[in-house]
This record gives sequence, structure tokens and C-alpha cells, in this order.
Amino acid sequence: MPLLDVKDLKINFQGRDRVTEAVKGISFHLDEGKTLAVVGESGSGKSVTAMSLTRLLPEPPTCQISGEIFLRGQDVLKMPKRDLRSIRGKEIAYIFQEPSTSLNPVFTVGYQIAEAIKLHVPEERDVPGRVVNALRQVGIRDPEKRYKAYPHEMSGGMQQRVMIAMALACEPKILVADEPTTALDVTIQAQIMELLKELRQKHTMSIILITHNFGIIKDFADEVLVMFRGQIVESGPTEEVLGNPQHPYTKALIACIPRLGAKQHRLTTIDHESLVG
Amino acid sequence: MPESVEQPPPLLEVRDLKVYYPIHGGLMRRVVDQVKAVDGVSFAVPKGTTVGLVGESGSGKTTIGRSIIKLAPMTSGQIFYADSPPLAESDLPPSEPKQTYYDNTLGDASSSAPPGMKDIGAMTRPAFFPYRKKIQMVFQDPFNSLNPRMTIEQIISEPLDIHFPAWDKAKKSARILDLLGKVNLPADSRSRYPHEFSGGQRQRIGIARALAVEPEFIICDEPVSALDVSVQAQIVNLLQDLQEELGLTYLFIAHDLAVVEHISDFVLVMNQGKLVEQATSEEIYSNPQDPYTKKLLAAVPSL
Repeated sequence: MPLLDVKDLKINFQGRDRVTEAVKGISFHLDEGKTLAVVGESGSGKSVTAMSLTRLLPEPPTCQISGEIFLRGQDVLKMPKRDLRSIRGKEIAYIFQEPSTSLNPVFTVGYQIAEAIKLHVPEERDVPGRVVNALRQVGIRDPEKRYKAYPHEMSGGMQQRVMIAMALACEPKILVADEPTTALDVTIQAQIMELLKELRQKHTMSIILITHNFGIIKDFADEVLVMFRGQIVESGPTEEVLGNPQHPYTKALIACIPRLGAKQHRLTTIDHESLVG
Repeated sequence: MPESVEQPPPLLEVRDLKVYYPIHGGLMRRVVDQVKAVDGVSFAVPKGTTVGLVGESGSGKTTIGRSIIKLAPMTSGQIFYADSPPLAESDLPPSEPKQTYYDNTLGDASSSAPPGMKDIGAMTRPAFFPYRKKIQMVFQDPFNSLNPRMTIEQIISEPLDIHFPAWDKAKKSARILDLLGKVNLPADSRSRYPHEFSGGQRQRIGIARALAVEPEFIICDEPVSALDVSVQAQIVNLLQDLQEELGLTYLFIAHDLAVVEHISDFVLVMNQGKLVEQATSEEIYSNPQDPYTKKLLAAVPSL
């Protein structure tokens, strides 16, 4: 049985005078210890899909979700609301895109990490010790000192490390990384991806990596889903999708990445209208 | 930059630019130390070319761009800009005499200027004003650099109001329509607000605003870092088309070497306030000299 099994997931948003179909019936699964990359442009429905996994989206009637999301055989969509707390952060943890806006500016980073531990591991005696360990694990130097630092006292790369430390503090089974490196420099991006690789191995986690950049998934993901306008247009093992893309959208998405050394006169762009047909 | 025979004359030349920020501390908030954001940087931007400026965040690349247009104070150094023919009489604000705009307040500083160039770094803000029209900027974050309470028409016409106060409404309006067409936005966008546009469209608005006063030189401060790869390609192509059409010169600031290599003729690599390498974009890629450049190249994800 896969760890996570999503079947015919549909997500609709009710606007004032129209319904937006953000996700139009997608199915996928994630096995234990595997990494799944979800690739697509902004607006393709990848972040909404990720948020629906722990029902972080608004309640009906604003947002209607249908389909099934099985987490170890249990349907998340049918769970009573109070049980969701035991899943969020404990079973499925998130790293969001923009570290500077996801951290609370008025609390120290140590306090924010401790908050998650106190909720999910109430039996823990030495909460500060565990926070310091979590900070050390993500490569933050001087974790005892950094415990008392506020988010604004840290750089973007460091803030993202704090987000990762917070997500991993309760040793989740699934880590959802929603564009974890988009806001960061290339050198920091490489560091963060390395760190995730290392931690994935150490904790045998499954990772769902959401990105718009094919470049960063090559050595990272086992499987890829390509999303376009709320649908999965292509899926399969990473080497296969990257090496031999079938769908024109996948080809276009790979082609528009500027490549070092291959100087083209113009970059390839995506003609969305022709893809819709 | 390597000497070559066909190299066009420089439009901008920066010599030994230093930007230090003081750190105050102690009882009387005395200056106890300095942050050397930019520490002795010299380079030239030839007319009609694109010079890429790469480095990590905190390396000082944005500070260089900002100090050129006096958005950041410079500590020492010289910034020379080509002195082009004076503006048409009709384009100047009517009340003020034209003479004052060209008075260089520090006559001595300009004596070391190369022929045909003026030291804009030493100018006061009023003296710099006509140059501010020639040098425009496109900012990094299209979500924060547009005023959410202004329509697109108001946003684009703001630089026109400042630099062409003599223009009447009809002339401005025609210019705005023309600009929207140039950046491939529909004409009906003029009465809409920034929140109605996607990230790529907002960056087009930012580019239209920069183009409004017909500048010669545009400082692009990470114009595509906040965008999706596919939209990034569109914006980079747009910038290249506009360069060909209008003969623009770019200083292209970014941290992604792949994008910089694509768009630039020359590349400057910065690390901790200093230039560590400068070469043509082909050379930087095929034969990087500095260890930091090699590290940056290694960090670019490859397919």
C-alpha cells in the first residue's frame, strides 16, 4: 500500500460569478522513502494540490474538494476536523516558498520551532535541546545563540533552513517542499537541495517537491508529475520524463531553461494557446 | 574588459567605486565600524551592449546599480556618463533656465573625466536630474515595485509628469498606448490596477515605466529572478527585442549565471564587494579564472 494515494482529486474555487477549476481530477501516489516532483508553471494547480493533502484550503462553499486522499489507508478528506491537527506537521510537514513571509516576525525562531514540538511531542522533556538539535541538523552555526534570533536577523538562506528545521522537528513521514529555493540565490539553492538530500536519507522521509524549474529535480526526484492547467499531462520516472519528454508542454518547459554554454539568440517560450488546442 | 578594436565607446564608466555603510554603536552612537558593501569597483559599459553583473545576495551588485542613479550614497570613486547633445527645448520644464541643468557643481572632479564624459557621481541631485531621465531602472520584485493604488496609466505616466511636464494629456496618453504595445500588453490594461496582473505582466509594466522617458541606459536589477522559467524566457526575449529596436544599453544584475550568460556581452563577477572577474560571456563560461566564478558556475543546475 502506498504511503499516500490520491485518487481523482478535483478542486474548485467559487468566485462571485464563476467557478474556477484549479485541479481537474488528478491521481497519483507516493511510496515510502520516495521523492515525487510536481512541475508546472504558476497557476497550474501544483500548490493547491499540495495544500489539499492536509486540508489547508478554505472550507466550502469557497473551495470544493472532491476525490480521495488516502494517507496510510485513511481518507484525509473524510476525517473529522480535530484529527487533522495530528496529521499537519506530524505526518505531513510543509516548507513554503517564501521563508521571509512564512515565519512569524515577532517570535524568535527557537520559539516557533518549539511550538511544533510541544504540540506533537508533548512527552518531550527537553524541548529547547531538541530545537537546538534541529537547528544544528540543518547546518546553522551556533544554534544555541540562533535560538533567540528573530527572523529578520537572518538571511534568506538561513530563514529557509529554519523552515526546514521546523518541518523536520517532529520527524514527519512526508515533507512537502513548495518551491523551497525559488526565492534564493543559485549557490544557496544548491546548498538547500544538498541538505534536503542528506536529511531525506537520514530520516527515510518521502518528499513531494513542487517546482517550476526542471533543472533542480534531475538528481533529486524519483518520479515526476507535469501539471498544466489543473491536469497531469505527463508522469513517470525522472530520467524518462527528462530524457524523452512526450507531451509538448513538457518539451516546452524543458526548452525554455537557459543553458550554460549553449548560447541561443532567443530563449524558447511557451505558446499556451497552441497547447490547449 | 578585453581591449578590442570594434568595441563601442563607453556610455558609463565606473572608477574605484566604494560604498561603505557606517555601523553605529556605543554610548553616543559613534561610528564603530563600516560595512564595505562595494569596495573599489571599476568597470565600463560600452554603448549598445549588455553588461551582466553576477554575485550572491550581499555581494554588492544591487548597491552598484543603485549608487549609479543616486539611490544609494557613494563613499568615494567616480562615475562617468557620456555627455550627449542637450535636450530639445520643448522637453525641458518651461520655467527653469536650461543652463542650470548642465552646470557641473564640482568642476574639478570632472577634469579627470575621459573626453566626452561627465562625472555624474560628483553631481548634486539637481545637476543630475537630466541624466536621471537617460538612466532608468527595472526592479526585482514586480509585486512590490508597483503602487497598488495607482492604475497602470498613472504608473507609466508618473515619469512623464516629472521629465516632460510640458506635455499635454493627449500626448501622454498616446505615448502610454505606444509603450503598452511595445511590451505586448493589451491597450485596455491602462485603466486596471497592478493586482489584476500576473508576475510576468507586472514586470512588463515595470519595463514600460522605465521606457517611458526614452532612456539610453537601463539598470535591470534581477528583473527575472521572481518569475517562472517560462515567463523568465519571455521577459529576457522582450528585453533583447527592445535593445535591438531602441539601441538600449543594459546593466543586467542577476544571480543566475545561465540567464546572465545568455543576455550579456560582458560579465562582471562580484564577491563581497569586489570584482573578482570580468570577461566576455563566452570566456566566463569556457574558461573561468577565479575560484568564486567556478563555484557559481557549479551551482547552476544542469539538465
